[in-house]
Amino acid sequence: MTALSQETVSATRTAAGIPFILKKAFLSALVALLLFSLMIGIRTEAGPDGQLTYWTRFGELASIVGIVFGGSILIELLRQWIGPVGAEKLVPPAVHRGMSILGNYLAPALLIFTLLVPVIFYNQRYILDLAILVLTYVMLGWGLNVVVGLAGLLDLGYVAFYAVGAYSYALLATNFGWSFWICLPLAGILAAMWGVMLGFPVLRLRGDYLAIVTLAFGEIIRLVIINWQSLTGGPNGVTGIPRPTLFGIPLDNSDDGLAAKLGIEYSPTHRIVFLFYLILALALLTNWVTIRLRRLPIGRAWEALREDEVACRALGINTTTTKLTAFATGALFGGFAGAFFATRQGFISPESFTFQESALVLAIVVLGGMGSQLGVALAALAMIGGFELFRGLEIYRMLVFGWAMVLIMIWRPRGLIGHRAPTVYLKKAQAISSDLVKEGHG
Amino acid sequence: MDYFTQQLINGLVLGSIYGLIAIGYTMVYGIVGMINFAHGDIFMIGGFIALITFLILVSFGLTAVPVILLVVLLASMAITALYGWTVERIAYRPLRHSFRLAPMLSAIGMSFVLTNYSQVAQGARVKPIPPLITGGYTLHESADGFVIQLSNIQILVVTTTIVLLLIFNRLVLRTRLGRDMRACEQDQTMAALLGVNVDRTISMTFVIGAALAAVAGLMYLLYYGQVDFNMGFVAGIKAFTAAVLGGIGSLPGAVLGGLAIGLIETFWSAYFSVEYKDVAAFSILIIVLIFMPTGLLGRPEVEKV
Repeated sequence: MTALSQETVSATRTAAGIPFILKKAFLSALVALLLFSLMIGIRTEAGPDGQLTYWTRFGELASIVGIVFGGSILIELLRQWIGPVGAEKLVPPAVHRGMSILGNYLAPALLIFTLLVPVIFYNQRYILDLAILVLTYVMLGWGLNVVVGLAGLLDLGYVAFYAVGAYSYALLATNFGWSFWICLPLAGILAAMWGVMLGFPVLRLRGDYLAIVTLAFGEIIRLVIINWQSLTGGPNGVTGIPRPTLFGIPLDNSDDGLAAKLGIEYSPTHRIVFLFYLILALALLTNWVTIRLRRLPIGRAWEALREDEVACRALGINTTTTKLTAFATGALFGGFAGAFFATRQGFISPESFTFQESALVLAIVVLGGMGSQLGVALAALAMIGGFELFRGLEIYRMLVFGWAMVLIMIWRPRGLIGHRAPTVYLKKAQAISSDLVKEGHG
Repeated sequence: MDYFTQQLINGLVLGSIYGLIAIGYTMVYGIVGMINFAHGDIFMIGGFIALITFLILVSFGLTAVPVILLVVLLASMAITALYGWTVERIAYRPLRHSFRLAPMLSAIGMSFVLTNYSQVAQGARVKPIPPLITGGYTLHESADGFVIQLSNIQILVVTTTIVLLLIFNRLVLRTRLGRDMRACEQDQTMAALLGVNVDRTISMTFVIGAALAAVAGLMYLLYYGQVDFNMGFVAGIKAFTAAVLGGIGSLPGAVLGGLAIGLIETFWSAYFSVEYKDVAAFSILIIVLIFMPTGLLGRPEVEKV
C-alpha cells in the first residue's frame, strides 16, 4: 500500500459522529435513487403487437433506496465500532496458530472424506451429482492453476480447451465408436495441441493483452463450434455420446454388464459412483502431476517466469518453451476434464462453453490463492456449492455470483489460502506469504 | 461498386458506435492500466436508460423530435455516468493498489452484475422502439435498380461521433482535468505529490467514459431500433479491439480503430459470411496484438524493470 491510500484511510477514520453517518447514508440513498429510478422504477415490456408499454414500480424503487439508506448506516456504524477491518484484528493469534496446525491435516482429511463420499451418500443421487460437479471444477481449477498460478500467464479462454476435449471425445466416440479409454488421451492430446497453437502467437504478449487474446481465442472456438454445423451439429450439439465403460465392461443392466458379471443386482447408482471415482482419479492425477512438475526444472522455470520474466531470460531460461509447456500442460488437463464432461452428460452443446465458465474457473483459482492446490479445491467447493444454493432463484444466480466475485476480491484479493509451501528449502520449510509472490507479467 | 459504397457507409456507421465505446476503454486503460470489463455493460445500460426515457417522453405526448433527442441524450448521459462512477467506487477503487488480477476479476464480476441486474430489472426479451428519425437521401441509382442510400440516422451517428471526439480530445489536451488525467497516466504517485487529486481524476475518467458509452447506447438504439440485456459483452470486446487497434491511450486512435473494426466486420459480412463476422473481428484482435502491439496511433510501450 502506498502512502497515498493510507492517507485516505486515516481521513475516513477521523470523521465520525451521527451527522456524518446520516449525511453519508443520505448521499448513498440519493445516488441509489438516481441509479435505479429508471431501471427499477419503470418496467418496459413489448406487447403482442410489438409496441412497447411500460408501468411503474415505485414501491420496489422505494424499498431498494430504503435498503441502501439503512445498509449504509449499518456499514458505517460497523466500521466505526470495529475500526479498519484487518485479518489480524479479527482472528486472534492463538486461533491463527491453531488453524495453521489444522491446515496440515486438512488436505489428507479432505481426501479421505472425498474417497468415502459415495459410501456415505450412496442413496443420495443429488449429493453424488453435486460432488461430481465440484470435482470437475476442482480438476479444471488445478489445470488452470498450472497456467495462471504457477506460470503467471493470465488465461481467460481456458474453457476453449475444455470444449476441445469434450468435442474431441464426443465426435471420435460417436463417429468411430472408439471407447472412452482410447478417446480420453486423444482428447487430452488434441487440447494440448490447441494449447500450443494458442501459445505460439501469444508468446510476445504480456498481462492484460494476453488475457484479452485468450478471451478472444475462447470466443473464436465457441463461434466455430456453433457455425460449423456439418461437423459439430451447431447449436443443437452432439447427442448420444457413449457412456464410459470399465475397460470394456458396460455399466448397464444388460447381460454382459458389470452387475450381471459380478452377480449383483443392477442399480443406476453404480454408474454414478463409477463416474465419481473416475473424475476423482483424473483430478488427483492433475494434482500429482502438478506437484511433481513443480519440483522439476520445468516447474521451477514456470515459477521463475511468474516472478520476473526479464530475470528469467537473463538466467538463460528459454521462455518460449516454458510458456508453451505451461499452456500445453494446462490445456491437457482441460481436455481430460472436457472428455469426462462429455461422457457424463451424454450430450454437449456450445452453451456449456461460454466465457462465464472461463471466468468461473479463473475465479476458483484466484479465490483459492494462486498456486495453492488445497486452496483451489476449497474454492471450487465453496463456489460450486454456493452457486448450487441459488438453483431455485435462476435469474438471481448470476447476479449473486457477480457480487460474490466483486466482494471476495475486495475482501481477500490474494485468495483464501494466502500462504504456500516453498518448492525448495534448506532444512526447514517455511510458509511463503502470497504478498511476496508477484502477479506475473508474462 | 454501388454495393461496395453502400457497405462502406454501413461500416462507417457501425464503426462510429464502436469508436464511442472504445474511447471509454482507451481512457481507463491509459490512466489505470486496466481493462474495464464492465464497460460493454455500461454501454448496454446507456441503451436501456435512453429507451426508458424515450418511452416516458412519448407517453407524455411529446412529439418534437429534436427536443426528445436532446432530453434522452442528456438523461442517458447523466444517469449512465453515475453508473460508471458507482462501478469505479465499488469495484475498482478498493483494489487500486492490490495485485493486478484482483481488479480484473472484480471487473468481470461487475460485468456479470450489470448484465443480470438489467435482465432482472427489465426482462430478457428484446426491447424494440419505433423509428424516431426517418428519411434520408438517395445518393445514386444504378441502371439495374440498386440504390445507394444515406439515411438521416446514419448521418446523425457519424456526425455525433466526430463532434464528441473533437470535444473530448480538446478536453483532454486543453483543460485542467485533461492535464490531470495525462499526469496520472504518466505517474500516479508523482502526480499526487504535485497536487493532482488522483482519486477524483480517475473517477472523472470513468464518468466521461460512461457518458460516451451512453451516447453509443442511444445511437445503437436509434440505428437498430432495439436494445437487449445481452448486447454489452460482444460490443464491449469489439470496442476493446478497436481501442487496441487504434493504439491504447489515444482518443483519435480509438475512433479510428472503431471505424476500422466496423468496416472490416461489415465487408466481411457482405462478401464472405455473416456467421463468421465475430470470428473475423476477434482474429483481427489477435493479429494486431501480435504484429502491432502499440496499434495505429499508439506510443511504443517502455518496459519498466
